[in-house]
Amino acid sequence: MSLPLFLVFAALLVVSALGVILQRSPVRSAMSLVSTLFLLAAVFVFLDAHLVALLQIIVYAGAIMVLFLFVIMLLNLQSEPRETGRVGFRLVAALAGSFLALEVIQLTRAKGTVAGLGMSGAVPEGFGLTETLGERLFTHYLLPFEITSVLLLVAVIGAVVLAKRHTS
Amino acid sequence: MVPVTYYLVLSALLFAIGAVGVLIRRNVIVIFMSIELMLNAVNLSFVAFARQWHSMDGQVIVFFVMTVAAAEAAVGLAIIISMFRGRETTNVDDLNLLRW
Repeated sequence: MSLPLFLVFAALLVVSALGVILQRSPVRSAMSLVSTLFLLAAVFVFLDAHLVALLQIIVYAGAIMVLFLFVIMLLNLQSEPRETGRVGFRLVAALAGSFLALEVIQLTRAKGTVAGLGMSGAVPEGFGLTETLGERLFTHYLLPFEITSVLLLVAVIGAVVLAKRHTS
Repeated sequence: MVPVTYYLVLSALLFAIGAVGVLIRRNVIVIFMSIELMLNAVNLSFVAFARQWHSMDGQVIVFFVMTVAAAEAAVGLAIIISMFRGRETTNVDDLNLLRW
């Protein structure tokens, strides 16, 4: 991935991420998040993570965001009124956020880390493809994988129990 | 080739934006979306490091993060729906049952 292309994608990502937190309508926030997820999928492709990019679109932008939009529309949420009298709090939040970002950025520049390290050369054959990821998943990470299936089962049951209308 | 540091800086920016979103928004669904944003920022770091060290482990972890995020979204949205039924609001300032 060439540097100008990366910068374009990075700028678009930051803008649409800001859209998620600054839009007053929840539906617009959700649409901004969808565009953020798609842009991230594109960046994943540039990083040779083809299966992850595909899963990002199918699972995140597809399944999870549809769930979000469904709930927003089910609850019929309107745009929030413009907030007043919390300017100081917002300022402190923005400052804390900038501090957090600067801290992590500084960490990547520290000695003995990845600072000044160029991206490594060509990836080995099959890197990021379904076959390689699946092989790793079903050998080295088999136990976590099985536990994940239990987690999903619990989540399904939990969601049904929580959202069920209690009739007594 | 773009150095791995650039991806990490982008990831840090996205994470910080998500954290600020959790702080400044009062709508519980938007707070939830900000959390998803932070999870994705971390995924970007994992994928960048996986590419840097030519190791599939980072991408496997991203797979797990996505699974947990899906489970979290399902349960979280169910909680939001059941809270909305009782109180007709999604504003976190009105949802203070656990506050002492």
